[in-house]
Amino acid sequence: MIVRIATEGQYDVAEGDVAALNELDNAAVAACEAGDGSAFAAVYAQLVEFVRSNGHKVDDDELHGSDIILPPPDLSVEEARKAFQGEGLIPG
Amino acid sequence: MPGLSGRMSTVVKSKISKLLDKAEDPSETLEYSYQKQMELLQNVKKGIADVVTSKKRLQLQEQKLQQQVVKLDTQARQALAGGNEELARTALERKNVAQTELQSLDAQIAELEQQQEQLTASEQKLRAKIEQFRSKKEVIKAQYSAAEAQVKIGEAATGVGEEMADVGLAMQRALDKTENMRSRASAMQELEASGTFDDLTTLGPGEDDIDRQLRQLSSGSQVDDDLSKMKAELGMPGGDGQGELGAGSEPSEDPAAPGPGPGATSAPDPAPPVSDLEPPAPGAGQGAP
Repeated sequence: MIVRIATEGQYDVAEGDVAALNELDNAAVAACEAGDGSAFAAVYAQLVEFVRSNGHKVDDDELHGSDIILPPPDLSVEEARKAFQGEGLIPG
Repeated sequence: MPGLSGRMSTVVKSKISKLLDKAEDPSETLEYSYQKQMELLQNVKKGIADVVTSKKRLQLQEQKLQQQVVKLDTQARQALAGGNEELARTALERKNVAQTELQSLDAQIAELEQQQEQLTASEQKLRAKIEQFRSKKEVIKAQYSAAEAQVKIGEAATGVGEEMADVGLAMQRALDKTENMRSRASAMQELEASGTFDDLTTLGPGEDDIDRQLRQLSSGSQVDDDLSKMKAELGMPGGDGQGELGAGSEPSEDPAAPGPGPGATSAPDPAPPVSDLEPPAPGAGQGAP
């Protein structure tokens, strides 16, 4: 399954890793909802690192849509909160 | 998938379908999408140039500040050697402000460097994807029936469309950061223009207010430390206990020779002898008309 880390690139991640990924994602959301900036940063960094180390980078000249798209690695807790409301991170 | 990634995926996908909905005929979709890709590639190049320009501007500012630090340090030494401690203190306070600014400039330049690298990587990736899309486009047009083409086009366009949305996001983030730094840089230019880092010998009568602000801005203890260190180097008593040691601390370090120092050479007119420097007082400064 193809996972994109926004502004960074795509990774091919094994189906078996998706559950762990989901767990980290939920933990990030919980920290975001609690407004805990440092907890959010720690969990989100873990989530991004999980994809980087467990996935294989997709070659630049391959054209695939992603199954999962993660926000940029330097996402702040404020941005994460915004991502749940209205327009989100991408303008236009 | 709910959560952050789910939200992100939904937003990106809706962007891509908006992009693809622009054209109805499959080959039109291909051409339209390709044209958009080339436009984006040009924009990324412009974005990189923008970041580089901002970085260069900050580097220039950094150089100027470094020169000011050296000059103010020299002037503090001269003032101290001439027995004018108050003036030396003012120079050190300014040096302290300039050094704090230098540190923040360093961090900003490093940040821009990183943005530049990231955008350059994005550009390369996008270029590779576009090239791939271009060859697929030709194959699709040549080999597939309209119905089949629709599906193939969807696949290729989604892949490249996602990359485009992603590069757009990377650009936006890089330029936002650059914009922030630009406003900081111009705030600093205002500080410069107001004389905060000026050569002490060129100050006019309005300087008392600046001095007061400077005292608030700079940490007094740092200035005190600098002052007693300088006194120690000059072999003068005073400051803290260390000052008594006199020549005991590093006599080799830039002996503060009285008279016009190296810093004075870049000033519009050569610095007058130290003994002529008066502490800031309205009407008394020689910079006054």
